Amino acid sequence: MPSRRLRLVGIGTAAGAFSALFGVGGGTVIVPLLIFWLAYEDREATGTSLAAIVVIAALGAGAHALYGNVDPLAGLLIGAPAVAGVLAGTALQQRLPERFVSTAFAVLLVTSATVLVLS
Amino acid sequence: MEATDLIGLLVIGGAAGVVSGLVGVGGGVLFVPGLVLFLEQTQVEAEATSLFAVVGVAAVGAYRQGGYGNLRLRDGLLVGVLSPLGVVVGTVVANEAPERALQISFAALQLFFAYRLARRAMRSGEEAPSGA
Repeated sequence: MPSRRLRLVGIGTAAGAFSALFGVGGGTVIVPLLIFWLAYEDREATGTSLAAIVVIAALGAGAHALYGNVDPLAGLLIGAPAVAGVLAGTALQQRLPERFVSTAFAVLLVTSATVLVLS
Repeated sequence: MEATDLIGLLVIGGAAGVVSGLVGVGGGVLFVPGLVLFLEQTQVEAEATSLFAVVGVAAVGAYRQGGYGNLRLRDGLLVGVLSPLGVVVGTVVANEAPERALQISFAALQLFFAYRLARRAMRSGEEAPSGA
């Protein structure tokens, strides 16, 4: 097995590659890979994935902003309720069984795969 | 913008946030269609605006998970900082391989992960809780 550091390099590369290829989806590969490659617990994987996504999204938004594609007002309109939602979602997650995340994530992946094939 | 569009944006934004907090994704999967549908943005504008919104949402979510003891900040930042390497790889692959084959490969990978995660969830249900 490659070293821990090398596995993190692999996860970062995979996350970047899939978001470049399919527009969304850093998180859909980061969470499972943290669980399977680095033996993360479910909640730890989601918290750490969010930290990675901050960096990935900031780089992506910065690049798009150079082309004038970002609409900050629209971003705030949809982002403000989402910030309220993420506070509720993280609080709710602490009260659910540890393996709920694996199950919910499996459902999300099946949905995403279906959309991808049908598109 | 009409009132119904505003309500739609607020509802889909809130739902994206809940999903983001629960499973650790950015929420772009809901932001992008929401912006296209309710603000009539183009696909590129919606992806760009979505990424902008994701920065704030993911930052608040990661901060809260830090408070709950569910954040390994160094690992997360390392994955994020290394992602541009993957963007280069992804861009090269996108220009070399047919798009449909890529979509089906990625869908297959997602189904494989879904199977492993579901099996993991069921197996642990049979054992004593590992403690949190």
